Amino acid sequence: MSLLEVRGVMVRFGGVMAVGGVDLDVHAGEVTGLIGPNGAGKTTLFNVISGMQEPTAGSVHVSGVDITHEAPHRRAKRGLARTFQRLELFSSLTVRDNVRVAAELASLTNIDETVDNLLEKVGVSDLAEQTAGDLPTGSARLVEIARALATGPRLLLLDEPASGLDEAESDRLGVLLRELTADGLGVLLVEHDMSLVMHVCDRIFVLDLGHIIAAGTPDEIQHDPKVLHAYLGAPS
Amino acid sequence: MQELLTFTIIGLSTGAIYAVVASGLVVTYTTSGIFNLAHGATGMLAAFTYWQLRFDWDLPAPLALFITLFVLCPIFGLVTERFVMRGLQGTSEVVRLSVTVALFAFMIGIANWIWPSDSSREAFTKFFEGNTVSIGGINISWHKLITFGCAILVAIVLRLLLYRTRMGVAMRAVVDDRALTELNGGRPDRVAMFAWALSAMLAGLAGILLAGEQQLNIEPLVLLVINAYAAAIIGRLKNLPMTFAGAAVLGLLDAYYLQFSDNSWFPQSILGFGISGMRASIPTIVLFIALIVRPQTRLRAGVVRIREQNKVPAWSTSIMGAVALIAIVVAISGMLTRSNTLLLLNGFTLAIVALSLVPLTGYAGQMSLAPLTFAGLGAIAMSKLPGDGNLFTLIIAVVIVALVGALVALPAIRLSGIYLALSTAAFAVLVTKLVFNQKQTFMSGNISVPILAVPFVEINSPRGRLILAAVAFSLLGLGVVAIRRSRLGRRLIALKDSPAAAATLGMSLTRTKLAAFAISAGIAACAGALAGDKVSPQQYDFTQSLPIVLLTVVGGVGTVGGALFGGLMLGGNSVLASVVPTLKNVTKILPGTIGVTLGRNPSGAANQIADAYRSLTNRWNLLAFAAAGGVVIWILDAQYVISHWAFFIGGVFWILAVTPNLVGIMQAPRTRQIIASVYLGIGVIIAISIDWDNAVDSTGKRLIALVLLIALFGVGAQRIAENAPRIHRSSPDVIGLTTDFTDEELDRAERELGVVL
Repeated sequence: MSLLEVRGVMVRFGGVMAVGGVDLDVHAGEVTGLIGPNGAGKTTLFNVISGMQEPTAGSVHVSGVDITHEAPHRRAKRGLARTFQRLELFSSLTVRDNVRVAAELASLTNIDETVDNLLEKVGVSDLAEQTAGDLPTGSARLVEIARALATGPRLLLLDEPASGLDEAESDRLGVLLRELTADGLGVLLVEHDMSLVMHVCDRIFVLDLGHIIAAGTPDEIQHDPKVLHAYLGAPS
Repeated sequence: MQELLTFTIIGLSTGAIYAVVASGLVVTYTTSGIFNLAHGATGMLAAFTYWQLRFDWDLPAPLALFITLFVLCPIFGLVTERFVMRGLQGTSEVVRLSVTVALFAFMIGIANWIWPSDSSREAFTKFFEGNTVSIGGINISWHKLITFGCAILVAIVLRLLLYRTRMGVAMRAVVDDRALTELNGGRPDRVAMFAWALSAMLAGLAGILLAGEQQLNIEPLVLLVINAYAAAIIGRLKNLPMTFAGAAVLGLLDAYYLQFSDNSWFPQSILGFGISGMRASIPTIVLFIALIVRPQTRLRAGVVRIREQNKVPAWSTSIMGAVALIAIVVAISGMLTRSNTLLLLNGFTLAIVALSLVPLTGYAGQMSLAPLTFAGLGAIAMSKLPGDGNLFTLIIAVVIVALVGALVALPAIRLSGIYLALSTAAFAVLVTKLVFNQKQTFMSGNISVPILAVPFVEINSPRGRLILAAVAFSLLGLGVVAIRRSRLGRRLIALKDSPAAAATLGMSLTRTKLAAFAISAGIAACAGALAGDKVSPQQYDFTQSLPIVLLTVVGGVGTVGGALFGGLMLGGNSVLASVVPTLKNVTKILPGTIGVTLGRNPSGAANQIADAYRSLTNRWNLLAFAAAGGVVIWILDAQYVISHWAFFIGGVFWILAVTPNLVGIMQAPRTRQIIASVYLGIGVIIAISIDWDNAVDSTGKRLIALVLLIALFGVGAQRIAENAPRIHRSSPDVIGLTTDFTDEELDRAERELGVVL
């Protein structure tokens, strides 16, 4: 059974079809990539999965439970966590308190220890007492990941986590994602940094104009003529 | 049948006026994102201006109309946009709304000043007074026909303007995507100016039409805006045809209620509660329903970066502050006259009301326009519950009001921002009109709230009550600090900073908002329950809440100090009004004037002072110096070297002008250090050496002198000591830079890049 099952999800904004019937699976212990040109519907799909956008049709299941109509905060209790493409840190709290709020919401017992470990894990321990609103984009993205992890998720949705990271940070993110999946976490990754995606993902879905046009291993995707067409506009 | 038709026509004509007001509201909201609470007040001011030109100075009606609607109103709109609203981009909704509240207060003040309500005035007649036409056997005044005509004309003109002209296209483009319009060479600022001018004209037109029907009174004209809100909300603040339909429905409801309530079968009371306030409440009830049936605000990512910031208050400074506050009040309360004691007591009561906004608005970012309403409910509960004011009664009263607060918030909780603020305003108006006037509550006048029975201490003098209020404020303030430092406090901040992230992390936004509302209502209830005197329903009126909200935001709604600052400032304002009659008119516009400056300093004034004090915390030598200075001034007073007033003025000067500057002076270069110290020293000597008791004949004038001294010497010394170049306010953070540039750096960057940043 898949950790996340998206079936026939469709989102229509007035006359515009943002997502048109998408099927997608994420397995525990795997990084699943979701790529596609700008405007393909990736963030909208993320919003449907995390409960911020009601789909026009279709369903979302986590571990076999239908959560299509659940509120976002209930999904979090089921082990769903996400980051945002445009940063959504609690900008007037310190970095530590950002992560602590999440840990408290998950009703963990040893909160201080968890928070310290997570800050260490994503590599922002030295920024712990800074106000989150003052962070540069790269560090802020890492704090968002730490905050999402503090809820103790089974499924992590990452929306362009590497944008704003330098090469070294990006590499470390790749290592981190591998570590996390080794612990059994399922990751759905939206990312434009192709070397990271190809390097870290087990399977990749390609979304274009609201439809999945290809799915497979990184190797298969790189040689798929439809993908090349969508990205480069080359004749297929 | 005939009668029904008549009332239908009356209703539609009222509706036509609502429609004109509401469309103006929609025009500014859609183009600048600012919901103008002062829209009705603009119409009120225009109606008064028209009256002045037409009836007092006897200009011909067309000329008076032209001057008012096509010259003065547009100028007013332009000035408002350019000098008040434009500075508000990138501030939070709370600040934006507060500024329109300020404008509202300012305009009412102006109207009260220029056209005092006690003077008898020439009547405001309708257009073509006395002329009627008969349609289908019903006589309709020309004025009503003109009103219909105007509404239809406004509808047509707006439609043509928005869809057929360049400006209209630009306006719609700004609504869709402001940044994109700017990148494509559009000028959102210019569009916004045009929209504000147009909106002021629409408000003016409606004000004049309504004044013709109802005569010239400030209140109905200002509250016109509530009716218009209801219509605009029905149109979801953007759909003009729906707005017009909503306005018509409101007008008809009002007229039919008027018709039916005249019948003998119409009940005068329901379940023992009088419903005399029902008619006036109809628009509010419609507004409330329209807000509630609105679809839930969708969670959206991508919040604006907010400029204001507040740090976590430390226990040490908070407790020190609380103890110092009580000590100061105990020390000076012995020297105050009875009337001054009562005025300061009033200031502390208002400060507790202001404090109720800190967890709700300051921490959780939820705007409430009804803090005094909860204080009023607290006063009623304290006076009606058995126990004659013992501590237990107080607790029960607070719990009851907190529950009411949560209950009221429950339906409104799905809303956010402006919609939430409006629904609290609707609640406040409803309580004023339907609850406070019942015989079970205020009857027809005052009720007396028992003084809190504190164990072992007998409190019956004003001085005792003042100290009690100061202690209550300090304890509640420490409670608020405790909340900020707790798990709940972090959740409240998270709710403000990013609702989307908070929800996806597992926070129930509804429960967090309910908690914030309940806590806020409970604190406000304390202010009412501790009144310890006769109170009247006017004290808790909706319009009285607005200056409190305003001055708390000015003081800094994110901190306990800001609440104290706001409450005392408002209390001080009434001191001015009562003691210096010549300044009465100035005090009417003072809160508004202070409020419109918020765009420049959105974190509040108290925050600035607190920042200066915060930098003192680790410098024990400076702290010792500051404390020693205070003690010296106190000894001078205790030894009768200086008078009580010199002690008060010298003490406040020391706290607000000298101490905050100490660190700055220490860091300044040698020459500046000496000049600034000497300059401040002169200020101190002036403050304590003048025999204020005899030299100046009233409390108000002494307070003004104090403010002038602080402004002249405190701010002056800061400027002298300030070594660093001035920071440029609008640094180009659009390109990802987060540190502020100085003017010189900015000039150089502009020269070298060849662009204007």
